[in-house]
Amino acid sequence: MTGLLSSSRFRLAAGAALALALLPLWMSGYVLGVLTVAYYFGVFAMSWDLLFGYAGEVNFGPTFLIGLGAYVSGMLNAYTPVPMWLCIFIGAFAAVIGGALLALPALRLRGPYFGLVTLVAVLILQQLIVIFAGVTGGEIGLAVPDVLSVHTDPNYYYALGFMLISAAVLLGFARSPIGLILEATGQDRIAAEALGFNVTKHKLLAFCLSAFFSGLAGALMIFYLGTASVGTVLDIAVAVQIIIAAVLGGRRTIVGGALGAIFLIVAGEYLRPIGELSNFAVAGLALIVLMFVPDGFLGYFMRRRAR
Amino acid sequence: MSVLQVEGLGKSFGGLRAVDALGFEVGRGEILGLIGPNGSGKSTTMALVMGVHRPDQGSIRLDGAEIAGLSTHRVARRGVGIVFQHSRPLRRQTVLENIELALMPDRISSLLLRRSVADRARAIAERVGLGSVLGRTPDALTYADLRRLELAKAIALGTHALLLDEPFAGLTASELREFSRLIASLRDEGRAIVLVDHNVKGVRVLVDRMLVMHAGHKIAEGEPDAVIADPQVRAVYLGGALDVHHVPTARPAQHEAEALLEVRAMTVHYGKARALHEVSLKVQPGEFVAVVGLNGAGKTTLFNALSGFVPYAGEVRWRGKPRLHGSEGAPAREGLVHCPESRELFGDMTVAENLQLGGHRLAPPEFEAQLAWLLDLFPILKERRRQTARTLSGGEQQMLAIARALMMRPSLLILDEPTLGLAPVIIEHISAAMETLRKDAGLTVLLGEQNVTFAVRHAERIYLLENGETTWSGGAAAFIEEVGERYL
Repeated sequence: MTGLLSSSRFRLAAGAALALALLPLWMSGYVLGVLTVAYYFGVFAMSWDLLFGYAGEVNFGPTFLIGLGAYVSGMLNAYTPVPMWLCIFIGAFAAVIGGALLALPALRLRGPYFGLVTLVAVLILQQLIVIFAGVTGGEIGLAVPDVLSVHTDPNYYYALGFMLISAAVLLGFARSPIGLILEATGQDRIAAEALGFNVTKHKLLAFCLSAFFSGLAGALMIFYLGTASVGTVLDIAVAVQIIIAAVLGGRRTIVGGALGAIFLIVAGEYLRPIGELSNFAVAGLALIVLMFVPDGFLGYFMRRRAR
Repeated sequence: MSVLQVEGLGKSFGGLRAVDALGFEVGRGEILGLIGPNGSGKSTTMALVMGVHRPDQGSIRLDGAEIAGLSTHRVARRGVGIVFQHSRPLRRQTVLENIELALMPDRISSLLLRRSVADRARAIAERVGLGSVLGRTPDALTYADLRRLELAKAIALGTHALLLDEPFAGLTASELREFSRLIASLRDEGRAIVLVDHNVKGVRVLVDRMLVMHAGHKIAEGEPDAVIADPQVRAVYLGGALDVHHVPTARPAQHEAEALLEVRAMTVHYGKARALHEVSLKVQPGEFVAVVGLNGAGKTTLFNALSGFVPYAGEVRWRGKPRLHGSEGAPAREGLVHCPESRELFGDMTVAENLQLGGHRLAPPEFEAQLAWLLDLFPILKERRRQTARTLSGGEQQMLAIARALMMRPSLLILDEPTLGLAPVIIEHISAAMETLRKDAGLTVLLGEQNVTFAVRHAERIYLLENGETTWSGGAAAFIEEVGERYL
């Protein structure tokens, strides 16, 4: 443990966290608002990397988990007297249960079928939201009565704190013996089984953990935004952005996902004045990184340092 | 009592009978050598015991308890360790972490590494000779150390039984001796060991008993020396008696023509393992040349390099010009057609579709003529036209692979191990077809074979490949006299 506290990486991370925590001292509310959303996206991307980077499963539907967390907590808040914080945690657990029900049969499939199942799950959830527009708000969105805070700074700290805690938990998990087992199952299923590991069990655990943080982040985000809508927490476009963020930041690094998400959201916002071209520019940049630096930002620097 | 007891084991993949009615027993402190040419079903047998594939028939008992059909991780937890033919370490982790992984319990609550695990991992590493490289990642290991790492992982789990799939492949003579000593010491601790190898000679001193497989069947079992002397075993490796009167006559007139294919000092490395060392050979137009050698000698590597599938050092001249590293599939379009050892048929497509793909560059009348000629050569394919390739038997698949290659109208046909895993009667069929191709069609062929009898029956000239180097070359008759029986 002392080794961890004195390691240069830990000091770098602590310094970065402190810098982010001090940002409200001189940044405008607008910038902080952008970063707040970016931090929630960071958790989406880190949760996704646990599955892709470690368990070796491509989840094309991270928004299935996020959307479950968001809509279950949002609807509970809108239609029942359950307190907000309880709604948020029930939402997160709903994502875990929904995710497990989906993953249990899907993880037995080989090859690209797991990914396809997750993709179809998002489409189904999206259709359900639209069909039951009366209670879900449909395409217009669901207004949630409670909000985390009406002020910018507390909202910023909620998001930052949540992202840091998520990063610590996910990273700790990935670095633990069980993370090692998970990495082995992701790299070579048969070799991992030959070492006596029940691959499906370990992947299911990873999926549940990923679902928990995705659902929690989805729930927190709508209580920040005040509404839950298909376009912000469910749409395939959102899923694609999460995947790009995670790969851009660096596969198998966890923290890279957060970096990639912050980069994507901030770059998109910074380039907003150029209109439609901004999406094009961000996507083009992502393409260049994917083709020439497939390890992502963090993977690239870790490799440089290893040399 | 036997540790591992296998009875009536059977497994088919589509129409291919990979393992058939196989039975054997291995006791405590015993090494059983499972020997056979490539494609004879050895690795499939290992995979069945380990639960990677589910057997169609038969029983597998470990210490008296049935384990056939159990999933792989359950078999492993009962104390069976396996060394796969190819190394599969975690690339980002160190040697020590890789061994620790094998010692971890299969629980989802193990968030902290227990002290005892690390200590045992170190002890195992010392034992296999990895003590000085504990902190390295696999990329920084020598080839032999990578194999040691695989063995270390298997020891960690295999407290009862060890399955070793070609543990000696690619090792030098001194490393081989060291590994043999290590494996013997593991046996002496009371483990039951099954050692798979394609090379009879390499393992005879190490194993207590030997079982020889061919085409999915057991053909001999017993003391190593008795098994090696067994006429059926010799027939499997040599393909029958060598007969000087059955060699084809060379056609010297053509030998002055410009070589169709010339290889100069070709060397190939797979990562750290050397597969081919300064191999040179020549094929004249209309010639039938064979490269013979045991499995692992480098035949397939040579052919893969010629087809541009693996990078090489050295020079390849095609029709007198140096061949450049062209685009994918370029050698095939230039008439250098490869019929690979693994056959590589399109399994979900029918026989007709496979042939159609082979002939996709021919004009319709030529296509029809070529197809008619080939279906005449292999009549069974006509009957099977509408069947998918996957459902064909091994021999039928081989005929289809050859026919598909011939649909491309090759200038030179590279034929890699056409007799692989096939029963003698099927080999006769293929042999007859080869004879027609050589005599009537005047086809130029570069054949790779470990079945020497098959090779000398068709080839005018022979290159002997041993451990990646050509150690002999000359005419077929001279081969029988000079190399002959010492080959096995």
